[in-house]
Amino acid sequence: MQTLFIRGPSATFRMIVLVMASIVLMTVDHRWHSLEMVRGTLSGVVYPLQYTIDLPIRLYYWADEVFTSQRTLLEKNREYEARHLENRVQLQKLDIIEKENERLRRLLGAIPKTTERLLIAEIINVDVDPYRQLILLNKGSGSDVYQGQPIIDAQGVMGQVVHVGPMSSTAMLITDASHAIPVQVNRTGLRAIAYGTGKIDKLKLRYLPHNVDIETGDLLITSGLGGVFPPNFPVAIVSKVERPGGEPFATVEALPHAQLDTSREVLLVWRNEPEPEPVQDETGQAATDQASKEPPETGEEDLKTEKPSTRGTDNNE
Amino acid sequence: MNKTIRVSIFTLIGAFMLAIMPLPEWAVEFRPDWVTLVLVYWAMALPTKIGVTIAWLCGLLLDVSYGTLMGQHAVGMVLVIYVIHLQHQRLRVASLLQQAIVIFFLLFIKQLLELWVDGMLGRAPDSWFYFMPTITSTLLWPWIYLILRDLRRKFSVEKHYQY
Repeated sequence: MQTLFIRGPSATFRMIVLVMASIVLMTVDHRWHSLEMVRGTLSGVVYPLQYTIDLPIRLYYWADEVFTSQRTLLEKNREYEARHLENRVQLQKLDIIEKENERLRRLLGAIPKTTERLLIAEIINVDVDPYRQLILLNKGSGSDVYQGQPIIDAQGVMGQVVHVGPMSSTAMLITDASHAIPVQVNRTGLRAIAYGTGKIDKLKLRYLPHNVDIETGDLLITSGLGGVFPPNFPVAIVSKVERPGGEPFATVEALPHAQLDTSREVLLVWRNEPEPEPVQDETGQAATDQASKEPPETGEEDLKTEKPSTRGTDNNE
Repeated sequence: MNKTIRVSIFTLIGAFMLAIMPLPEWAVEFRPDWVTLVLVYWAMALPTKIGVTIAWLCGLLLDVSYGTLMGQHAVGMVLVIYVIHLQHQRLRVASLLQQAIVIFFLLFIKQLLELWVDGMLGRAPDSWFYFMPTITSTLLWPWIYLILRDLRRKFSVEKHYQY
């Protein structure tokens, strides 16, 4: 055995050191979450492999797009245009309501509503720990993704970013067994916390007393408490309410509103800090104000630009 | 020798890709522990080159891509490769069945360690399928052994002719 190691420490010594190192790493990672730098760097190493694995699927989607007939495209285009028109009509109303809301809030002296900036990220199709609900996204710290950032899809809240790498990031879905999201019942304003169950189609609302006013079909929205998720995004619909006698709390289950297992594109959300007074300064303040309002008005085109705020400032100058 | 090292690195990358390849829902729990199996082979074949340090690094990379705690896979891998390392001369001459039995117990211990860590974090899975990878890996071992041995021989034989 000795002859195998002409120099360097023995395998036993190395094993002991590495096992200790692993234990220290696990402890530090779990208790203080201070290994994100290391994790980020290593995920940059792993990313090419993950990308390669995802490539065939990407190619499939690409081929699917390339070989669709013109007729299908035209049909789709027409459909989208119709929907776009519909949405625009609704947005007009929304715009007016938003303005009114802002005015009223200012009258009340309340904090102005925060606005959001969105960026589309694609899910990279690789498997992660089978007993957890994690997904890998193709945007990382290069696109200003940060830890704890909420992700949504067209239907509702999907989860939050847990690890950020240079070109990719890992996000935890709201149904992960270790995830919890503060919600509010849209109908009554009742606040609760929705816990993940580890199953993709089930959330649990724990510790609600029997006499609580909640019914199946109630929409749960984010309450904005906790500071991670922006308020007023749909989260889930209550699917089961039971009040078993002999137990202190009601059993309330909910079905996530977002398409957690089928959507391939997700939206990363940045919360813009509310501006104290929109008309204060001619140049800087007004420019950022306009930029932050831009996304909801122009819709899809703006979602794809990486940093609408800087572009907005450039235009203004 | 250099060529064999290159082969081992390529096979490790291949194993890594198999480990993160998306599988259908029903097959996910049966996914063999590819990286550990390939590492075990190379730790037996090239004990001076592939040892516990490489195993630890592979484990860390696996942790990063699986989103588990840093070190959770690494610690098990280090222990498995350490035992293989100590016994590699005996294991080399053992029959495939005997090798498979040893690997079964080592992988079982590795999974227990991971389960233990998950348990401490309060997210241990409650399904018996959790230990399925140990069984599928053991069943796959003879094939992995034969394929990798052929690969190694093919490349080292070529080297031999060059001299």
